[in-house]
Amino acid sequence: MRIRVRYFASVKEWVGAKEETLELPEGTTVEGLRRRVLAANRRLENLDQVLVAVNGSFADLRRVIVEGDEVALFPPVSGG
Amino acid sequence: MRGTRSPSSRPSAVVEMIRVTREDFSVDEIIAGLKSRSTGGVVSFLGVVRGESKGKPVEHVEIEVYEEMARRQLEAIREEAISRFGVEEAAIVHRYGSLKVGENILLVAVASAHRAEAFDACRYVIDEIKRRVPIWKKEVTPEGEWWVESEGLE
Repeated sequence: MRIRVRYFASVKEWVGAKEETLELPEGTTVEGLRRRVLAANRRLENLDQVLVAVNGSFADLRRVIVEGDEVALFPPVSGG
Repeated sequence: MRGTRSPSSRPSAVVEMIRVTREDFSVDEIIAGLKSRSTGGVVSFLGVVRGESKGKPVEHVEIEVYEEMARRQLEAIREEAISRFGVEEAAIVHRYGSLKVGENILLVAVASAHRAEAFDACRYVIDEIKRRVPIWKKEVTPEGEWWVESEGLE
């Protein structure tokens, strides 16, 4: 399945893209996707934490991603 | 699913209660839009760009936002503030883009019959924004630029 993945702030800079579409096996979990992105971008190891949201909400790492989900990876927030 | 008009809010509100915008805003206009006959006070917090960070001068900041998610989170936080603290109404405006020192970044304004719950609700909204709204701040200084680490609440 093809999943749209968006990146923000420092994660966007380390990956070098605002978003990409990944081909993922059925049954991939949020943690699986996160590991895959981290492994493909070794520089992300410099970040203490990479958070994941699915369809605009913080996601449980065990959640299974399904076709049509929008996944976002980003660092801890610092607004306000 | 636009939660800016929850059943608990007054239907007369003309000001949008949640805004995520590049544009500057008028504090007076937002506060005027919050008040009703039963309002006894409005507590507001205005966050502005500080010209210094950890002893170093800041030239400007870049605010990045995951807009769709930020809006949803802000709407949820607003509704929580109203229901938990029993205040009348709350408005939240957060800017993004390139902002100069002294410019407005954030306004939280809470209208209530009495002051205690308005202060508590305002504090709650700010703390939750810092904890769970996907907005990031980059400081640009003469020595370089860096993303601000999460201030967190620990």
